[in-house]
Amino acid sequence: MLRFALLRLLWAIPTLLLVIVLAFLMVHAAPGGPFDAERALPPEIEANIARAYHLDEALPQQFARYLGGVLRGDFGPSYRYRDYSVSELIGNAIPVSMKLGALAMALAVLVGISLGTLAALRQNSALDRLMMGLAMTGISIPVFVIAPLFILFFAVKLQWLPASWSGSTSAWRLLLPVVALALPQIAYIARLTRASMIEVLGSDFIRTARAQGLGTAAIIRYHAMKPAMLPVLSYMGPAIAAILTGSVVVEEIFGIPGVGQFFVRGALNRDYTLVLGIVIFYAALVILLNLIVDVLYGFLDPRIRHR
Amino acid sequence: MSLLEISGLSISYPGSAAVLDRLSFVIEKGESLGLVGESGSGKTQTALAIMGLLPTNARVAGGVVFDGTELLGQPERMLNLYRTRRMGIVFQDPMSALNPYVRIGAQLNRILLEHGLASDDEADSRSLEMLRLVGLPDVERQFRSYPHQLSGGMRQRVMIAAALIGKPDLLIADEPTTALDVTVQAQILGLLRGLRHEFNTALLLITHDLGVVAGNCERMIVLKDGKLIEEGMTPQIFAEPVHPVTRAMLAAARRSDFLARSHERTPKDQTPVLEIEGLAVSYAVPGERRSRKRLPAVQQLTMTIAPGETVALVGESGSGKTSLARAIVGLLPVQSGSMVLLGKPLTGRVESRPNALRRAVQMVFQDPVGSLNPAMRVDDIITEPLTVHEPDKIKANKDEVVAAMLRRVGLDDALKKRFPHELSGGQAQRVAIARALVLKPKILICDEAVAALDGSIRQDILELLRAEQQQSGLSLLFITHDLTTVRQISHRVLVMYLGRLCELADTESLFMRPKHPYTKALLDAVPIADPAIGIIVASDLGEAPSMLQPPSGCAFHPRCPYSISRCSEELPELQDFKKSSAACHRAAELAL
Ligand code: SF4
Repeated sequence: MLRFALLRLLWAIPTLLLVIVLAFLMVHAAPGGPFDAERALPPEIEANIARAYHLDEALPQQFARYLGGVLRGDFGPSYRYRDYSVSELIGNAIPVSMKLGALAMALAVLVGISLGTLAALRQNSALDRLMMGLAMTGISIPVFVIAPLFILFFAVKLQWLPASWSGSTSAWRLLLPVVALALPQIAYIARLTRASMIEVLGSDFIRTARAQGLGTAAIIRYHAMKPAMLPVLSYMGPAIAAILTGSVVVEEIFGIPGVGQFFVRGALNRDYTLVLGIVIFYAALVILLNLIVDVLYGFLDPRIRHR
Repeated sequence: MSLLEISGLSISYPGSAAVLDRLSFVIEKGESLGLVGESGSGKTQTALAIMGLLPTNARVAGGVVFDGTELLGQPERMLNLYRTRRMGIVFQDPMSALNPYVRIGAQLNRILLEHGLASDDEADSRSLEMLRLVGLPDVERQFRSYPHQLSGGMRQRVMIAAALIGKPDLLIADEPTTALDVTVQAQILGLLRGLRHEFNTALLLITHDLGVVAGNCERMIVLKDGKLIEEGMTPQIFAEPVHPVTRAMLAAARRSDFLARSHERTPKDQTPVLEIEGLAVSYAVPGERRSRKRLPAVQQLTMTIAPGETVALVGESGSGKTSLARAIVGLLPVQSGSMVLLGKPLTGRVESRPNALRRAVQMVFQDPVGSLNPAMRVDDIITEPLTVHEPDKIKANKDEVVAAMLRRVGLDDALKKRFPHELSGGQAQRVAIARALVLKPKILICDEAVAALDGSIRQDILELLRAEQQQSGLSLLFITHDLTTVRQISHRVLVMYLGRLCELADTESLFMRPKHPYTKALLDAVPIADPAIGIIVASDLGEAPSMLQPPSGCAFHPRCPYSISRCSEELPELQDFKKSSAACHRAAELAL
């Protein structure tokens, strides 16, 4: 088990390196430079700027310099926010993004699993059909549609909740974005839980548990939950990635000053070091969280653990 | 008042005939009742109905009255008052019946806690005590183990512990030993007998094996197609069965009691078709591929098969019998030693062997339906091997070949367009045999080929194989754990233990005068279908040791009642006797 985890950790290194190379090349292949402006700058000044940011060096050299910085946790200076380094920008934006992502994830897991289990226990009832219909809808509607609709309905029309971050200090300010972000995941996890729970409940060892006179609650909690969660746990990797990408959209729509918003701004402003930094940061995050999921999986399934 | 009163119990499912038809019987307090029948006779449905575990789409009528209370149609909440505390059940397959994700101890504790039979502090010690009672060794460690870390016999002990932990009045055991080796079966049955008396529990023992009933049940009932056809005291039914079906079942069980082939001239003196000498086979341990640890599955094995001879290969699971078969057909690499087939060396994997040698050895497996290609029809399945070996010939006269093969294995021509899942188990096994025979092999390896079949169908298949052998001089290598089958079909028997040959003997001499203590232990473990003989109390052998760390000297010595100090130090050589040879230091002096 320990060896398995270490092996996965070792594999993460080349994966991450590949991401860095690809992202670096793609950013450099993008048309236009960060300092292109409507009015052309005098050539001497342009050369000066290029030299200051090492843009005059050959690509491999630039990459080596960049990689060296990344290894020290330095993603270079931002081209647009002149007084900040990319690391500082990301660092400042992380807390609110993390809060948003973690809350959305927690909400998705809790609600998704509860609804899925309930639907499995009432298989083919009206409640089950209603929930699965809703889930299908939830999966089909993308975040960038849900979010504006939420704003329109809850903030503009009903005026229950604030529409945007800025100027509001209410504790509720994260509610709408979290729900908008979590909704498709709730739907997906609910369907996944229902399917795997139904399968587990049909297995021989559940029949044994019933023969032992355990109540439904005890059967779910002590016998069925763990095996039923394995497929859900496998989905956590993709779910994390989906929440991260979703957060880019949601932060922009709700005006939340998180990493995602910086990413969008960075892309629009051709702030390439910022974009590159965020891509690498997110990639590292996804790899790390997937690693944790894998290890957790081993802990849930004793047959894997003892291999 | 009886403990359990079943009256007019009928069960049916939408779209099919009734699986149980107005069944009535009673179980008195503390008595043991055998419920006998072939698969599909409604035995398990009866057990599930008593426990209230039938699927929700089952239509049930009649009555199940437990200690004066009607249980049918009661809500779960009410049934849960009876389960564990008043009645418990042991299922056939302890691997799937125990939760693989939960430690053994936690599974037992949960039962106690849920029923308020123990407080949080007491639960551990109560569960441990119960595990000790069912004879689990090294209880503290097993308590923290997961089911897959235990052997089949150990798991079944845990199942029994779970079923008896609430000291119920009734224990239902549904084929509790069918999935286990004979030696383990004898232990589990002995355990059930002992515990039943200790707890004064009534027992409903469900089985297809009349031998199991004979030694364990005072009274018995026989089911056929969901109907009760015979009921009475066990000795009486064995002595004077009334219903023709019961009579046939008893006859089938007893047919094994005379040596069907002992009168036949054994063909072993002719030039052998297959000669194996000093064979060693090993394979990589699953999950330990990196460490290159190899499991010695077969070691130093020497044997021959003559044309027209049947050699039975016997041993517990893990004895290496299947590995030997796989090496012969070329599915496992040979480590050392030699095999000679039809005078030519048999080496390498199956793909690298010359065609003539490849088709000379064919195999039939345990699960007939599963071993046939589900997407092919019977006629294509039968001729498929020929399309590889004789493509031109088969194109021209496929219909003739199919018709001839079907006739040969006793199947109706109308079946040729069926798919495997549309066949019964017996029919599918006949198709598998036809598929193997179409290549005119010299040796047919049957790997537990009749183990999954019911009594009468099993007899038919054995009869077919025997007839085939007499006609074409086919040699059979018959791998089985069932000694009654061995007795009926084989000329010689090869007993294996932990990858080594223990005894190789003529069938008669093996059963009458076993030379190796392990052979004796296997023979003693077989339940005898005669209540008058009663139970031969087999010495409790305990569990087979792991092949990864085989014991020193004679591998059987830790379990051998006759072992002496020499046994643990020195590997016994194979000694020849009149009609057998055995690898035991004391084979000459012991009278077993
Ligand atoms: S060699 Fe010794 S231990 Fe082995 S079977 Fe013979 S008597 Fe028993």
